[in-house]
Amino acid sequence: MSMTESGPIKKHLVRSYDDDMEQITRLITEMGAIVEQQVAFATQALAEGDEHAARTVIDRDPQVDALEERLDQTAIRVLAIRQPMAIDLRIIAMALKISNDLERMGDYAVNIAKRVIRLQSQTRIRPIPTMVMMSEMCQEMVKDILDAYIARDPDKAMAVWKRDQEVDNAHNSVFRELLTYMLEDPRKITPCIDLIFIAKNLERIGDHATNIAEKIHYMIHGDEINRSRDDEK
Amino acid sequence: MATAIKVNELPKTEVPAAQRPAPKMSARKVNLWYGQKQALFDVDLDVAKNSVVALIGPSGCGKSTFLRCLNRMNDTIDGCRTQGDIRLDDRDIYDRSVDVVQLRRQVGMVFQKPNPFPKSIYENVAYGPRIHGLAANKAEFDEIVETSLKGAGLWNEVADRLSQPGNSLSGGQQQRLCIARAIAVAPDVILMDEPCSALDPIATAKIEELIDELRQHFTICIVTHNMQQAARVSQKTAFFHLGKLIEFGDTDQIFTNPKQQMTQDYITGRFG
Repeated sequence: MSMTESGPIKKHLVRSYDDDMEQITRLITEMGAIVEQQVAFATQALAEGDEHAARTVIDRDPQVDALEERLDQTAIRVLAIRQPMAIDLRIIAMALKISNDLERMGDYAVNIAKRVIRLQSQTRIRPIPTMVMMSEMCQEMVKDILDAYIARDPDKAMAVWKRDQEVDNAHNSVFRELLTYMLEDPRKITPCIDLIFIAKNLERIGDHATNIAEKIHYMIHGDEINRSRDDEK
Repeated sequence: MATAIKVNELPKTEVPAAQRPAPKMSARKVNLWYGQKQALFDVDLDVAKNSVVALIGPSGCGKSTFLRCLNRMNDTIDGCRTQGDIRLDDRDIYDRSVDVVQLRRQVGMVFQKPNPFPKSIYENVAYGPRIHGLAANKAEFDEIVETSLKGAGLWNEVADRLSQPGNSLSGGQQQRLCIARAIAVAPDVILMDEPCSALDPIATAKIEELIDELRQHFTICIVTHNMQQAARVSQKTAFFHLGKLIEFGDTDQIFTNPKQQMTQDYITGRFG
Protein backbone atom coordinates (compact mmCIF):
# COMPACT_ATOMS: atom_id res chain seq x y z
CA MET A 1 0.00 0.00 0.00
CA SER A 2 1.41 3.41 -0.96
CA MET A 3 2.02 6.02 1.70
CA THR A 4 1.14 9.68 1.50
CA GLU A 5 1.91 12.41 4.04
CA SER A 6 -1.38 11.57 5.69
CA GLY A 7 -0.89 7.81 5.66
CA PRO A 8 -1.51 4.85 3.40
CA ILE A 9 -3.93 4.94 0.49
CA LYS A 10 -6.74 2.60 1.47
CA LYS A 11 -9.62 1.18 -0.56
CA HIS A 12 -12.67 3.30 -1.31
CA LEU A 13 -16.06 2.48 0.18
CA VAL A 14 -17.38 2.36 -3.36
CA ARG A 15 -15.45 -0.40 -5.09
CA SER A 16 -16.01 0.87 -8.62
CA TYR A 17 -14.16 4.06 -7.62
CA ASP A 18 -11.06 1.93 -7.03
CA ASP A 19 -11.57 0.35 -10.45
CA ASP A 20 -11.66 3.82 -12.00
CA MET A 21 -8.47 4.85 -10.25
CA GLU A 22 -6.77 1.61 -11.25
CA GLN A 23 -7.76 2.17 -14.85
CA ILE A 24 -6.07 5.57 -14.83
CA THR A 25 -2.87 4.15 -13.34
CA ARG A 26 -2.98 1.27 -15.81
CA LEU A 27 -3.30 3.58 -18.81
CA ILE A 28 -0.30 5.62 -17.67
CA THR A 29 1.67 2.42 -17.11
CA GLU A 30 0.72 1.09 -20.53
CA MET A 31 1.58 4.36 -22.19
CA GLY A 32 4.84 4.53 -20.28
CA ALA A 33 5.78 0.99 -21.32
CA ILE A 34 5.39 1.87 -24.98
CA VAL A 35 7.28 5.15 -24.64
CA GLU A 36 10.07 3.32 -22.83
CA GLN A 37 10.33 0.91 -25.79
CA GLN A 38 10.20 3.80 -28.24
CA VAL A 39 13.16 5.44 -26.53
CA ALA A 40 14.95 2.07 -26.44
CA PHE A 41 14.39 1.55 -30.18
CA ALA A 42 15.50 5.10 -30.91
CA THR A 43 18.66 4.44 -28.87
CA GLN A 44 19.30 1.25 -30.80
CA ALA A 45 18.68 3.03 -34.09
CA LEU A 46 21.14 5.72 -33.12
CA ALA A 47 23.82 3.43 -31.71
CA GLU A 48 23.77 0.94 -34.55
CA GLY A 49 22.48 3.04 -37.40
CA ASP A 50 19.58 0.60 -37.43
CA GLU A 51 17.05 1.94 -39.92
CA HIS A 52 14.58 -0.84 -39.22
CA ALA A 53 14.44 0.10 -35.52
CA ALA A 54 13.97 3.74 -36.55
CA ARG A 55 11.00 2.84 -38.76
CA THR A 56 9.47 0.83 -35.93
CA VAL A 57 9.53 3.93 -33.72
CA ILE A 58 7.75 5.99 -36.35
CA ASP A 59 5.15 3.30 -37.02
CA ARG A 60 4.28 2.84 -33.34
CA ASP A 61 3.80 6.50 -32.47
CA PRO A 62 0.01 6.49 -33.08
CA GLN A 63 -0.31 3.93 -30.25
CA VAL A 64 1.04 6.47 -27.79
CA ASP A 65 -1.32 9.17 -29.02
CA ALA A 66 -4.29 6.82 -28.83
CA LEU A 67 -3.47 5.92 -25.23
CA GLU A 68 -3.14 9.57 -24.30
CA GLU A 69 -6.57 10.23 -25.74
CA ARG A 70 -8.04 7.30 -23.80
CA LEU A 71 -6.45 8.52 -20.61
CA ASP A 72 -7.88 12.02 -21.12
CA GLN A 73 -11.36 10.62 -21.60
CA THR A 74 -11.12 8.33 -18.60
CA ALA A 75 -9.78 11.07 -16.33
CA ILE A 76 -12.51 13.51 -17.38
CA ARG A 77 -15.18 10.89 -16.78
CA VAL A 78 -13.84 10.06 -13.31
CA LEU A 79 -13.59 13.75 -12.40
CA ALA A 80 -17.19 14.25 -13.49
CA ILE A 81 -18.74 11.32 -11.67
CA ARG A 82 -16.58 11.06 -8.53
CA GLN A 83 -15.63 14.66 -7.73
CA PRO A 84 -12.35 13.39 -6.31
CA MET A 85 -10.59 15.08 -3.41
CA ALA A 86 -7.10 15.07 -1.89
CA ILE A 87 -4.95 12.09 -2.98
CA ASP A 88 -7.47 10.94 -5.61
CA LEU A 89 -7.64 14.41 -7.09
CA ARG A 90 -3.87 14.66 -7.14
CA ILE A 91 -3.49 11.24 -8.79
CA ILE A 92 -5.94 12.14 -11.56
CA ALA A 93 -4.66 15.66 -12.16
CA MET A 94 -1.08 14.41 -12.28
CA ALA A 95 -2.02 11.50 -14.59
CA LEU A 96 -3.27 14.11 -17.05
CA LYS A 97 0.03 15.97 -16.88
CA ILE A 98 2.22 12.85 -16.88
CA SER A 99 0.48 11.53 -19.98
CA ASN A 100 1.33 14.81 -21.63
CA ASP A 101 5.01 14.37 -20.72
CA LEU A 102 4.98 10.78 -21.99
CA GLU A 103 3.41 11.84 -25.25
CA ARG A 104 6.13 14.45 -25.76
CA MET A 105 8.83 11.88 -24.97
CA GLY A 106 7.29 9.63 -27.62
CA ASP A 107 7.44 12.49 -30.12
CA TYR A 108 11.11 13.09 -29.36
CA ALA A 109 11.83 9.40 -29.94
CA VAL A 110 10.13 9.75 -33.35
CA ASN A 111 12.20 12.86 -34.15
CA ILE A 112 15.36 10.95 -33.30
CA ALA A 113 14.26 8.04 -35.48
CA LYS A 114 13.61 10.34 -38.44
CA ARG A 115 17.01 11.96 -38.10
CA VAL A 116 18.73 8.56 -37.83
CA ILE A 117 17.12 7.54 -41.14
CA ARG A 118 18.34 10.74 -42.76
CA LEU A 119 21.84 10.26 -41.39
CA GLN A 120 22.19 6.97 -43.24
CA SER A 121 22.32 8.76 -46.60
CA GLN A 122 24.83 11.39 -45.51
CA THR A 123 28.59 11.71 -45.07
CA ARG A 124 29.57 9.16 -42.46
CA ILE A 125 31.04 10.50 -39.26
CA ARG A 126 32.66 8.38 -36.64
CA PRO A 127 30.34 7.31 -33.83
CA ILE A 128 30.20 9.52 -30.78
CA PRO A 129 30.34 7.38 -27.60
CA THR A 130 29.09 10.19 -25.32
CA MET A 131 25.99 10.43 -27.43
CA VAL A 132 25.24 6.72 -27.20
CA MET A 133 25.88 6.92 -23.47
CA MET A 134 23.54 9.88 -23.21
CA SER A 135 20.91 7.99 -25.07
CA GLU A 136 21.25 5.01 -22.73
CA MET A 137 21.06 7.33 -19.72
CA CYS A 138 17.79 8.73 -20.99
CA GLN A 139 16.42 5.29 -21.61
CA GLU A 140 17.31 4.32 -18.03
CA MET A 141 15.68 7.46 -16.67
CA VAL A 142 12.47 6.70 -18.53
CA LYS A 143 12.47 3.15 -17.21
CA ASP A 144 13.19 4.19 -13.63
CA ILE A 145 10.67 7.01 -13.57
CA LEU A 146 7.97 4.58 -14.66
CA ASP A 147 9.01 2.18 -11.91
CA ALA A 148 8.77 5.08 -9.45
CA TYR A 149 5.30 5.91 -10.76
CA ILE A 150 4.07 2.35 -10.46
CA ALA A 151 5.55 2.01 -6.97
CA ARG A 152 4.31 5.53 -6.11
CA ASP A 153 7.74 6.08 -4.67
CA PRO A 154 8.76 9.75 -4.48
CA ASP A 155 12.29 8.86 -3.32
CA LYS A 156 12.89 6.79 -6.43
CA ALA A 157 11.44 9.64 -8.48
CA MET A 158 13.75 12.09 -6.74
CA ALA A 159 16.75 9.92 -7.64
CA VAL A 160 15.78 10.13 -11.31
CA TRP A 161 15.23 13.86 -10.97
CA LYS A 162 18.79 14.32 -9.75
CA ARG A 163 20.22 12.29 -12.65
CA ASP A 164 19.01 14.81 -15.19
CA GLN A 165 22.09 16.88 -14.45
CA GLU A 166 24.27 14.11 -15.91
CA VAL A 167 22.24 14.13 -19.11
CA ASP A 168 22.60 17.90 -19.32
CA ASN A 169 26.36 17.60 -18.88
CA ALA A 170 26.56 14.89 -21.55
CA HIS A 171 24.49 17.09 -23.84
CA ASN A 172 26.95 19.97 -23.44
CA SER A 173 29.90 17.74 -24.11
CA VAL A 174 28.29 16.19 -27.22
CA PHE A 175 27.55 19.66 -28.49
CA ARG A 176 31.17 20.75 -28.09
CA GLU A 177 32.46 17.61 -29.76
CA LEU A 178 30.19 18.06 -32.77
CA LEU A 179 31.22 21.67 -33.03
CA THR A 180 34.85 20.66 -33.48
CA TYR A 181 33.92 18.17 -36.23
CA MET A 182 32.06 20.86 -38.07
CA LEU A 183 35.02 23.21 -37.81
CA GLU A 184 37.34 20.50 -39.09
CA ASP A 185 35.29 19.57 -42.12
CA PRO A 186 32.39 21.59 -43.56
CA ARG A 187 31.05 18.47 -45.33
CA LYS A 188 30.14 17.15 -41.93
CA ILE A 189 27.98 20.12 -41.07
CA THR A 190 24.74 18.54 -42.28
CA PRO A 191 25.08 15.23 -40.38
CA CYS A 192 26.43 17.04 -37.34
CA ILE A 193 23.42 19.34 -37.28
CA ASP A 194 21.22 16.24 -37.34
CA LEU A 195 23.19 14.82 -34.44
CA ILE A 196 22.93 18.07 -32.50
CA PHE A 197 19.17 17.90 -32.90
CA ILE A 198 19.17 14.29 -31.78
CA ALA A 199 21.18 15.24 -28.70
CA LYS A 200 18.72 18.03 -28.00
CA ASN A 201 15.83 15.59 -28.30
CA LEU A 202 17.52 13.23 -25.87
CA GLU A 203 18.10 16.06 -23.45
CA ARG A 204 14.41 16.95 -23.69
CA ILE A 205 13.44 13.35 -22.97
CA GLY A 206 15.50 13.63 -19.79
CA ASP A 207 13.74 16.88 -18.90
CA HIS A 208 10.34 15.26 -19.27
CA ALA A 209 11.47 12.41 -17.03
CA THR A 210 12.30 15.00 -14.36
CA ASN A 211 8.91 16.65 -14.94
CA ILE A 212 7.30 13.31 -14.21
CA ALA A 213 9.47 12.99 -11.09
CA GLU A 214 8.11 16.33 -9.86
CA LYS A 215 4.56 15.17 -10.53
CA ILE A 216 5.08 11.92 -8.64
CA HIS A 217 6.39 13.95 -5.73
CA TYR A 218 3.36 16.26 -5.81
CA MET A 219 0.99 13.34 -6.26
CA ILE A 220 2.22 11.71 -3.04
CA HIS A 221 3.27 14.67 -0.90
CA GLY A 222 0.93 17.37 -2.17
CA ASP A 223 3.71 19.96 -2.32
CA GLU A 224 6.50 21.09 -4.64
CA ILE A 225 9.83 19.40 -4.89
CA ASN A 226 12.72 21.37 -3.36
CA ARG A 227 14.53 22.54 -6.50
CA SER A 228 18.01 22.93 -5.09
CA ARG A 229 19.59 20.20 -7.22
CA ASP A 230 22.56 22.30 -8.26
CA ASP A 231 23.48 23.09 -4.68
CA GLU A 232 23.69 19.49 -3.62
CA LYS A 233 26.39 18.74 -6.11
CA MET B 1 19.26 23.23 -17.58
CA ALA B 2 16.95 23.53 -14.62
CA THR B 3 17.30 26.80 -12.75
CA ALA B 4 18.06 26.50 -9.08
CA ILE B 5 15.05 27.98 -7.36
CA LYS B 6 15.36 27.85 -3.63
CA VAL B 7 11.75 27.54 -2.59
CA ASN B 8 12.70 27.24 1.05
CA GLU B 9 14.41 30.59 1.00
CA LEU B 10 11.42 32.53 -0.26
CA PRO B 11 10.19 35.02 2.33
CA LYS B 12 7.40 33.64 4.47
CA THR B 13 4.18 35.58 4.03
CA GLU B 14 2.51 34.32 7.16
CA VAL B 15 1.35 37.07 9.49
CA PRO B 16 2.87 36.85 12.97
CA ALA B 17 0.45 35.91 15.74
CA ALA B 18 0.58 39.34 17.35
CA GLN B 19 -0.62 41.08 14.17
CA ARG B 20 -3.39 38.62 13.41
CA PRO B 21 -6.85 39.96 14.25
CA ALA B 22 -8.54 38.42 17.29
CA PRO B 23 -11.04 35.73 16.30
CA LYS B 24 -14.73 36.57 16.27
CA MET B 25 -15.45 33.41 18.20
CA SER B 26 -13.05 31.12 19.92
CA ALA B 27 -13.52 27.77 21.63
CA ARG B 28 -11.01 26.24 24.04
CA LYS B 29 -11.09 22.80 25.59
CA VAL B 30 -14.78 22.35 24.96
CA ASN B 31 -16.16 19.13 26.42
CA LEU B 32 -19.81 18.18 26.30
CA TRP B 33 -21.90 15.36 27.75
CA TYR B 34 -25.39 14.16 26.94
CA GLY B 35 -26.10 12.54 30.31
CA GLN B 36 -23.27 10.03 30.81
CA LYS B 37 -22.20 10.01 27.20
CA GLN B 38 -19.45 12.40 26.23
CA ALA B 39 -20.07 13.95 22.83
CA LEU B 40 -17.22 16.47 22.54
CA PHE B 41 -13.62 16.10 23.66
CA ASP B 42 -11.32 19.09 24.20
CA VAL B 43 -12.32 20.98 21.09
CA ASP B 44 -10.22 24.07 20.28
CA LEU B 45 -11.36 26.16 17.34
CA ASP B 46 -11.22 29.80 16.25
CA VAL B 47 -13.63 31.48 13.86
CA ALA B 48 -12.15 34.58 12.19
CA LYS B 49 -14.33 37.62 11.57
CA ASN B 50 -16.03 37.76 8.15
CA SER B 51 -14.98 34.24 7.31
CA VAL B 52 -16.86 31.02 6.69
CA VAL B 53 -15.85 27.99 8.71
CA ALA B 54 -17.21 24.63 7.57
CA LEU B 55 -17.63 21.77 10.02
CA ILE B 56 -17.54 18.36 8.38
CA GLY B 57 -17.49 14.77 9.55
CA PRO B 58 -19.57 11.60 9.59
CA SER B 59 -22.95 11.46 11.34
CA GLY B 60 -22.62 11.55 15.09
CA CYS B 61 -19.15 13.11 15.03
CA GLY B 62 -20.23 16.09 17.13
CA LYS B 63 -20.18 18.81 14.48
CA SER B 64 -23.80 19.90 15.03
CA THR B 65 -23.35 19.56 18.78
CA PHE B 66 -20.36 21.87 18.59
CA LEU B 67 -22.25 24.31 16.38
CA ARG B 68 -25.06 24.47 18.92
CA CYS B 69 -22.55 25.26 21.69
CA LEU B 70 -21.78 28.51 19.92
CA ASN B 71 -25.15 30.05 20.77
CA ARG B 72 -25.98 27.83 23.73
CA MET B 73 -28.74 25.96 21.90
CA ASN B 74 -27.65 22.88 23.83
CA ASP B 75 -28.87 24.56 27.04
CA THR B 76 -32.38 23.57 25.99
CA ILE B 77 -31.52 19.85 25.99
CA ASP B 78 -32.11 17.99 29.26
CA GLY B 79 -29.03 16.36 30.73
CA CYS B 80 -26.67 18.23 28.44
CA ARG B 81 -23.60 19.59 30.18
CA THR B 82 -20.96 21.82 28.58
CA GLN B 83 -17.49 22.54 29.89
CA GLY B 84 -14.76 24.76 28.49
CA ASP B 85 -14.35 28.27 27.26
CA ILE B 86 -16.31 29.73 24.35
CA ARG B 87 -15.90 33.39 23.59
CA LEU B 88 -17.61 35.88 21.33
CA ASP B 89 -15.45 38.98 20.87
CA ASP B 90 -13.41 37.72 23.79
CA ARG B 91 -16.42 37.58 26.09
CA ASP B 92 -17.29 34.25 27.73
CA ILE B 93 -20.74 33.32 26.41
CA TYR B 94 -21.29 30.83 29.23
CA ASP B 95 -20.71 33.51 31.84
CA ARG B 96 -23.58 33.88 34.31
CA SER B 97 -24.07 37.53 33.34
CA VAL B 98 -24.83 36.64 29.73
CA ASP B 99 -28.42 37.07 28.57
CA VAL B 100 -29.04 34.01 26.40
CA VAL B 101 -31.76 35.73 24.37
CA GLN B 102 -29.36 38.54 23.59
CA LEU B 103 -26.62 36.02 22.78
CA ARG B 104 -28.87 34.29 20.25
CA ARG B 105 -29.60 37.63 18.63
CA GLN B 106 -25.85 38.08 18.19
CA VAL B 107 -25.35 34.48 17.11
CA GLY B 108 -28.25 33.57 14.85
CA MET B 109 -29.10 30.19 13.43
CA VAL B 110 -30.47 28.64 10.24
CA PHE B 111 -31.61 25.01 10.37
CA GLN B 112 -31.62 22.05 8.04
CA LYS B 113 -35.32 22.18 7.24
CA PRO B 114 -36.69 25.62 6.46
CA ASN B 115 -38.92 26.49 9.43
CA PRO B 116 -40.73 29.74 8.73
CA PHE B 117 -43.23 30.84 11.38
CA PRO B 118 -46.86 30.25 10.38
CA LYS B 119 -47.13 33.93 9.65
CA SER B 120 -46.80 36.23 6.67
CA ILE B 121 -43.50 36.72 4.89
CA TYR B 122 -43.33 40.22 6.34
CA GLU B 123 -44.02 39.05 9.91
CA ASN B 124 -41.44 36.27 9.65
CA VAL B 125 -38.74 38.89 9.11
CA ALA B 126 -40.20 41.59 11.41
CA TYR B 127 -40.71 39.21 14.34
CA GLY B 128 -37.10 39.26 15.61
CA PRO B 129 -36.62 43.03 15.40
CA ARG B 130 -39.98 43.42 17.17
CA ILE B 131 -39.15 41.26 20.21
CA HIS B 132 -35.70 42.83 20.44
CA GLY B 133 -37.15 46.32 20.03
CA LEU B 134 -34.94 47.15 17.08
CA ALA B 135 -37.50 49.35 15.29
CA ALA B 136 -39.73 52.15 16.53
CA ASN B 137 -42.32 52.52 13.80
CA LYS B 138 -43.81 50.99 10.68
CA ALA B 139 -41.35 52.78 8.39
CA GLU B 140 -38.40 51.38 10.29
CA PHE B 141 -39.87 47.88 10.24
CA ASP B 142 -40.52 48.21 6.53
CA GLU B 143 -36.91 49.16 6.01
CA ILE B 144 -35.53 46.25 8.06
CA VAL B 145 -37.81 43.80 6.23
CA GLU B 146 -36.76 45.10 2.84
CA THR B 147 -33.02 45.20 3.64
CA SER B 148 -33.10 41.73 5.17
CA LEU B 149 -35.03 40.21 2.27
CA LYS B 150 -32.63 41.89 -0.15
CA GLY B 151 -29.70 40.62 1.90
CA ALA B 152 -31.11 37.12 1.62
CA GLY B 153 -31.60 37.54 -2.12
CA LEU B 154 -35.34 37.05 -1.83
CA TRP B 155 -36.75 40.59 -2.20
CA ASN B 156 -37.30 40.51 -5.96
CA GLU B 157 -39.28 37.28 -5.67
CA VAL B 158 -41.57 38.32 -2.80
CA ALA B 159 -41.78 42.13 -2.84
CA ASP B 160 -45.35 42.05 -4.20
CA ARG B 161 -46.65 39.39 -1.82
CA LEU B 162 -45.27 40.19 1.60
CA SER B 163 -48.59 39.49 3.27
CA GLN B 164 -48.77 35.90 2.02
CA PRO B 165 -47.87 33.09 4.42
CA GLY B 166 -44.16 32.26 4.67
CA ASN B 167 -44.82 28.58 4.11
CA SER B 168 -46.48 29.28 0.74
CA LEU B 169 -42.99 29.77 -0.69
CA SER B 170 -40.88 27.05 -2.29
CA GLY B 171 -38.34 25.18 -0.14
CA GLY B 172 -35.40 27.23 -1.37
CA GLN B 173 -37.31 30.47 -0.90
CA GLN B 174 -38.37 29.41 2.59
CA GLN B 175 -34.73 28.79 3.50
CA ARG B 176 -33.78 32.22 2.22
CA LEU B 177 -36.70 33.62 4.24
CA CYS B 178 -35.17 31.97 7.30
CA ILE B 179 -31.84 33.58 6.45
CA ALA B 180 -33.60 36.95 6.08
CA ARG B 181 -35.18 36.34 9.48
CA ALA B 182 -31.75 35.53 10.94
CA ILE B 183 -30.07 38.65 9.57
CA ALA B 184 -33.01 40.96 10.43
CA VAL B 185 -31.77 41.22 14.02
CA ALA B 186 -28.29 42.29 12.85
CA PRO B 187 -26.33 39.37 14.29
CA ASP B 188 -22.55 39.08 14.34
CA VAL B 189 -22.40 35.38 13.64
CA ILE B 190 -24.74 33.10 11.70
CA LEU B 191 -24.72 29.38 12.40
CA MET B 192 -26.05 27.15 9.66
CA ASP B 193 -26.85 23.51 10.27
CA GLU B 194 -26.96 21.78 6.89
CA PRO B 195 -28.90 24.65 5.33
CA CYS B 196 -29.07 23.08 1.87
CA SER B 197 -29.66 19.41 2.54
CA ALA B 198 -33.40 19.73 1.87
CA LEU B 199 -32.95 21.85 -1.25
CA ASP B 200 -32.55 21.14 -4.96
CA PRO B 201 -29.28 22.01 -6.76
CA ILE B 202 -30.50 25.39 -8.01
CA ALA B 203 -31.83 26.50 -4.62
CA THR B 204 -28.56 25.21 -3.14
CA ALA B 205 -26.50 27.27 -5.58
CA LYS B 206 -28.48 30.36 -4.59
CA ILE B 207 -27.81 29.77 -0.90
CA GLU B 208 -24.11 29.18 -1.57
CA GLU B 209 -23.93 32.39 -3.56
CA LEU B 210 -25.70 34.11 -0.69
CA ILE B 211 -23.29 32.73 1.92
CA ASP B 212 -20.44 34.32 0.01
CA GLU B 213 -22.23 37.69 0.05
CA LEU B 214 -23.26 37.40 3.70
CA ARG B 215 -19.64 36.90 4.62
CA GLN B 216 -19.00 40.59 3.90
CA HIS B 217 -21.14 41.52 6.90
CA PHE B 218 -21.32 38.44 9.08
CA THR B 219 -19.19 35.62 10.36
CA ILE B 220 -20.53 32.22 9.37
CA CYS B 221 -20.14 28.73 10.74
CA ILE B 222 -21.74 26.01 8.64
CA VAL B 223 -22.27 22.29 9.18
CA THR B 224 -22.58 20.37 5.95
CA HIS B 225 -22.52 16.79 4.77
CA ASN B 226 -21.79 17.92 1.27
CA MET B 227 -18.02 18.13 1.05
CA GLN B 228 -17.98 19.88 -2.30
CA GLN B 229 -20.15 22.50 -0.65
CA ALA B 230 -17.76 22.87 2.27
CA ALA B 231 -14.91 23.20 -0.22
CA ARG B 232 -16.79 25.85 -2.18
CA VAL B 233 -18.17 28.12 0.52
CA SER B 234 -15.64 28.10 3.35
CA GLN B 235 -12.20 29.53 4.01
CA LYS B 236 -11.47 27.17 6.88
CA THR B 237 -12.62 23.61 7.38
CA ALA B 238 -12.79 21.59 10.59
CA PHE B 239 -13.03 17.82 10.44
CA PHE B 240 -14.66 16.11 13.42
CA HIS B 241 -14.66 12.44 14.30
CA LEU B 242 -16.18 10.78 17.37
CA GLY B 243 -16.41 14.10 19.20
CA LYS B 244 -12.84 15.13 18.53
CA LEU B 245 -11.57 17.84 16.24
CA ILE B 246 -9.18 15.85 14.06
CA GLU B 247 -7.97 18.53 11.70
CA PHE B 248 -8.61 22.24 11.26
CA GLY B 249 -7.01 24.20 8.47
CA ASP B 250 -7.38 26.24 5.30
CA THR B 251 -10.12 24.74 3.18
CA ASP B 252 -7.84 24.54 0.12
CA GLN B 253 -5.32 22.53 2.08
CA ILE B 254 -7.87 20.23 3.73
CA PHE B 255 -9.38 19.19 0.40
CA THR B 256 -6.22 18.95 -1.68
CA ASN B 257 -3.64 17.85 0.88
CA PRO B 258 -5.02 16.90 4.30
CA LYS B 259 -2.42 16.20 6.97
CA GLN B 260 -4.33 13.58 8.93
CA GLN B 261 -5.02 10.07 7.71
CA MET B 262 -8.58 10.19 9.04
CA THR B 263 -9.34 13.40 7.16
CA GLN B 264 -7.95 11.94 3.96
CA ASP B 265 -9.94 8.74 4.36
CA TYR B 266 -13.14 10.66 5.03
CA ILE B 267 -12.98 13.24 2.26
CA THR B 268 -11.90 10.72 -0.35
CA GLY B 269 -14.63 8.25 0.54
CA ARG B 270 -12.47 5.65 2.23
CA PHE B 271 -14.02 5.84 5.67
CA GLY B 272 -15.36 2.70 7.18
